[in-house]
Amino acid sequence: MHLYDLPLVCVLIGLALYTVLAGADFGAGFWTLLAGRGPAARTVREHAHESIAPVWEANHVWLIFVITVTWTAYPRAFGSIASTLAVPLAIALVGIVLRGAAYALLAGAVGARERARLELVFATSSILAPFALGSAVGAIASGRVPVGNAAGALFSSWLSPTGIMLGVLAVASCAYLAAVFLAADAARRGEPAIERRFRALALATGVAAGVLAAAGLAVLHGDAHHLYSRLVQGRALPGPIVSALAGAATLELVRRRRYEAARFSAALAVAAVIAGWALAQSPALLPGLSIRAAAAPHSTLVAVLVAILAGALLLFPSLGLLFSLVLRGRFEGAHTPPRPFAAAAAATAFSEGFAARLAGAGLVVGVGLLTIAEASWEHAIGVAGLLVFVLAGFAAVLPGELRAAEGGAEQPGGAGERAR
Amino acid sequence: MAVVHQAYLLQARQMQALSFAVHIPLVCFGIAFPAMVLFVEWLHLRTGDELYRTLARRWTRVMVALFAVGVITGTVLSFEMGLLWPQFTSTFGSVFGLGFAIEGFSFFAEAIFLGIYVYGWDRLSPRAHLLSGVPVVLAGFTGSLMVIAVNAWMNHPSGFRLSGGHVVHVHPVAALFGNSFLWPELLHMYVAGYIVVGFLVAGAYALGALRGRFGRYERTALAIPLAVAALASPVQVLVGDWAARDVARDQPVKLAAIEGLGPTTRGADEHLLGWYRDGRVRYGIGIPKLLSLLAFHNPDATVQGLEAVPESERPPVNVVRIAFQLMVAIGTALALLGALHLYRCARRLPLPVSRWFMRAVVLAGPASVVALISGWVVTEVGRQPWVVYHVMRTSEAVTGAGGIPVGYATLAALYAAVAVGVAWILRRLARAPLSEPEPRAEVI
Repeated sequence: MHLYDLPLVCVLIGLALYTVLAGADFGAGFWTLLAGRGPAARTVREHAHESIAPVWEANHVWLIFVITVTWTAYPRAFGSIASTLAVPLAIALVGIVLRGAAYALLAGAVGARERARLELVFATSSILAPFALGSAVGAIASGRVPVGNAAGALFSSWLSPTGIMLGVLAVASCAYLAAVFLAADAARRGEPAIERRFRALALATGVAAGVLAAAGLAVLHGDAHHLYSRLVQGRALPGPIVSALAGAATLELVRRRRYEAARFSAALAVAAVIAGWALAQSPALLPGLSIRAAAAPHSTLVAVLVAILAGALLLFPSLGLLFSLVLRGRFEGAHTPPRPFAAAAAATAFSEGFAARLAGAGLVVGVGLLTIAEASWEHAIGVAGLLVFVLAGFAAVLPGELRAAEGGAEQPGGAGERAR
Repeated sequence: MAVVHQAYLLQARQMQALSFAVHIPLVCFGIAFPAMVLFVEWLHLRTGDELYRTLARRWTRVMVALFAVGVITGTVLSFEMGLLWPQFTSTFGSVFGLGFAIEGFSFFAEAIFLGIYVYGWDRLSPRAHLLSGVPVVLAGFTGSLMVIAVNAWMNHPSGFRLSGGHVVHVHPVAALFGNSFLWPELLHMYVAGYIVVGFLVAGAYALGALRGRFGRYERTALAIPLAVAALASPVQVLVGDWAARDVARDQPVKLAAIEGLGPTTRGADEHLLGWYRDGRVRYGIGIPKLLSLLAFHNPDATVQGLEAVPESERPPVNVVRIAFQLMVAIGTALALLGALHLYRCARRLPLPVSRWFMRAVVLAGPASVVALISGWVVTEVGRQPWVVYHVMRTSEAVTGAGGIPVGYATLAALYAAVAVGVAWILRRLARAPLSEPEPRAEVI
């Protein structure tokens, strides 16, 4: 393992997390489409939406992470991929936009018709996006993305046997992951009917995804033989084996209703496929372009790795906090009405008149040092002066305004009562 | 990689501009709105007054809805970096990419803590809840710092050398953060965020006031954003002037396009209005020597004209010039409105002073968005024909893939639909009852 490999490892981890976390979101959309009609279907839909709700925005940032790290650390490969695979990536983008918009709008929808239309957009785009992304991976894996600006075929690169196969497999995996996650959520919330339903769906799609994956190897045999031979007898062999074992283990865990463990083994099954692909392809990133040749200069690789490390140290605990909040439902000491500060303490530290004079001084410093003076350090002090102007000005202006607002509400005919 | 011929370069640029123009007002809400919401929540904790809690919760819903749309439009922009400009990313990704990578983390933190903040309204202690919003405000700042660092680098590139079409001696940290262009541009955008959000939110309540809804709740909801915008808009005049002097020093061609200055001139005049043709501004109002004075603090300074560079290296002059004049005109008007408001506060004159004042506040919101987009037109169109100033042309950066018009049309249709959707959901949120909101709409 070299320095130039490390960002790629991070990208693959990001891709695996995106596939698992966003994949489950996409799959939830898939199940809302197949839920059918009637009250039972509505419960299923509501359950699917509520399970996604608080974390869904966080999940797309994995894709952003994959994209930005790739173009920073392997810019030539990124340019080639983004230009040749412009069509599937644009389709995935349209899917993500429509899905996000439909989801945001669903929160405000009231009528059954409105909801039904938005649900349809949400569900179809949930299928469109993973298919397009999966087929783009298929184009890269089967060596159909040459180095260069749109040097490969715009359509036959991803609408190839491998591309279509991986697109379908991606949709199936999303459905499978979602079914496992949704069954787990239903069990946690104590909703046995929904749990039974998603448990059955998880078992069925688990078997289907396994069959598709096996059929996929046959497609690779004919369409991307190099990849196939690495996967079944070369060093990438652990990938498919681990994936198959984890997949089988997940089925058994779901059957026994051990959902929390099943979440992890299902994620492992997906991650092993990505790892296997990477091992089968390395050291080539694209045909004729090794990872080493594609990598950015040393200084950039170090900088991006430091940024990733710092980001991980900051973000994983935060993400843990969010997940624990969502999974546990609440923290201790829920909503207690706040104790108002004592009136004496509520009085501002200094008077509004002083704040006004301070703001004036800040403005004078700002004009003098930012506008008239020329040196950088003078500009820095000038900016600080303007900051003082804004903050002190706010402290000078607002208390009077808020008092005036209270006074205004006492006037007869004020709409204040309606506001309550 | 060889340079390709792209017949739809202009459409690619327009598509990028459309994506950007849709995204940037949402960015303003990411920058400024969390701070305002937290301030109102702090008022609630401080006074125990339920009105502030109601206001903070209602604004939170708007904030989350706009953030969700901003996630979408931001994802579009990050895709377009590759879909439209693969040669740019593949040549210079190692220099500027770090900024976007860190921005990704910043955005991640924003999403996580926004999730905690929204989900934690009734689940965290009041103090912990207030604190959980602080990272959202900070991430709004670091996010814009990173993106502006990349844009400032494109306008004033450094931190690398070119050898045979490849970058060598790359110093990404110096390229992004050791750049004199960064600070005025960052501050200009950051202050713009507060102006846009301040006037848009205040404008919504001013509109309500004109229609007779002006109780204590509305007065409070108007007073806070209006105070923010009134203080920020005079500051913006000074910051903008600072940014313009940097442009004068480092991007003389952009300055010449902004001013419509053909020949290089000593003691150059400033022109208001008018139309640039054949090397000079026609039908404009000339003010002697003002340009030299403003740009270089010396009425007799020499200002480089457009004719100093070949025609192929000049940006479209009238687009840049009109956008600049629009930005300055609106910015000045907003600063005057802000000063008027501060004067009113100082004299303790209660709102509404007059219907005309309220109408001006209503108008100030959309006007500030126009000024915001005009400012970006000046920066970005004024940078043409370069994507990396004096290093790489936009035509060398564009994709060789076909189908740009199809993508452009699709995106335009999609954004039109999203715009209708956003308007619709904001109306819904505005009509929702003011008492405790239902949890379903909370967790968008």
